[in-house]
Amino acid sequence: MGRIIVVTSGKGGVGKTTCSANLGMALARADHSVALIDADFGLRNLDLLLGLENRVVYTALEVLAGQCRLEQALVKDKRLKDLVLLPAAQNRNKDAVTPEQMKQLAYALTKKYDYVLIDCPAGIEMGFQNAIAAADEAIVVTTPEISAVRDADRVIGLLEASRIPSKLIVNRIRPSMVQANDMMSVNDVQEILAIPLLGIVPDDEQVIVATNRGEPLVLSEEVTLGGTALRNIAQRLEGKDVEFLDLNAAYDTLFSRIKKLFRSK
Amino acid sequence: MFNDILERLFLGSDIDTTSREDVKGRLKLVLAHDRSNLSPEMLEAMRRDILEVVSRYVELDSEGLQVALESDQRATALIANLPIRRIKAQPQP
Repeated sequence: MGRIIVVTSGKGGVGKTTCSANLGMALARADHSVALIDADFGLRNLDLLLGLENRVVYTALEVLAGQCRLEQALVKDKRLKDLVLLPAAQNRNKDAVTPEQMKQLAYALTKKYDYVLIDCPAGIEMGFQNAIAAADEAIVVTTPEISAVRDADRVIGLLEASRIPSKLIVNRIRPSMVQANDMMSVNDVQEILAIPLLGIVPDDEQVIVATNRGEPLVLSEEVTLGGTALRNIAQRLEGKDVEFLDLNAAYDTLFSRIKKLFRSK
Repeated sequence: MFNDILERLFLGSDIDTTSREDVKGRLKLVLAHDRSNLSPEMLEAMRRDILEVVSRYVELDSEGLQVALESDQRATALIANLPIRRIKAQPQP
């Protein structure tokens, strides 16, 4: 039986779908079979980030309505043979499915796939309830901003109430701003949210380039810092002990060096 | 000590708090309220009731009264700081 992991955040636009796409790809690269479920009915995006939008024929809705078999709706990735996407319907809203139906789909997929990753829609309404219904564990994505952290806290509370253990990804960290005390650090965020840290992803312009092309960062030949961070997260999901990236190294200034000199004494 | 001096030398003697400290403070406060699910009215009513009960036994220093929600490690606590001016001889009904 595969693991069912929901990727969620509360607030929109913090990088849920980017994380889902990249973690799915990274796990598939490491020879695991992965099924990605887009649970964002009406506002689907995961197909775009994976570059699979032209190959969507059926969606989860047709499977549930009995108009096609589950296998027919799964879009197989051509780059990584172990990765499939179950697309969401674009012409319906979040009330089109029930938590029970989501469970049915996710459980069916765990029979064949090592990892079932569910990309949760923003918000805490029906779409969220659907997305977490089947999950054994959750990844909460946030950015070091007050609104994103507040929403993440709300989501963590709801996950706790449903007895789903959650782990944290802090996305879009800008080390230079943290060092200038103009952004919360990863530690600040983690201390406030008080759940285990799964990963740190630095702000990386290449994410936009990757999205433009429909080729998640972790796939590219020359891996950027963001890509490395996401690959590391995938390895931690597998249970490997991988050190967190030291994002400060690149911003070694004269001031910080003198400061370190005094601290070491 | 040295770090403080260095920070002043290099970054200027900034007495104002940094925006990072500001945001942490604001977040902690707002989360304590979010997590407790208590409305400001209920918190205020509770504060009044607590003060009323305590005041039956002791005379409180109204200047230093503090009743606030705090949140640590996902547990919320009501922290009340009620400085006592003097103990009353007989509890008043």
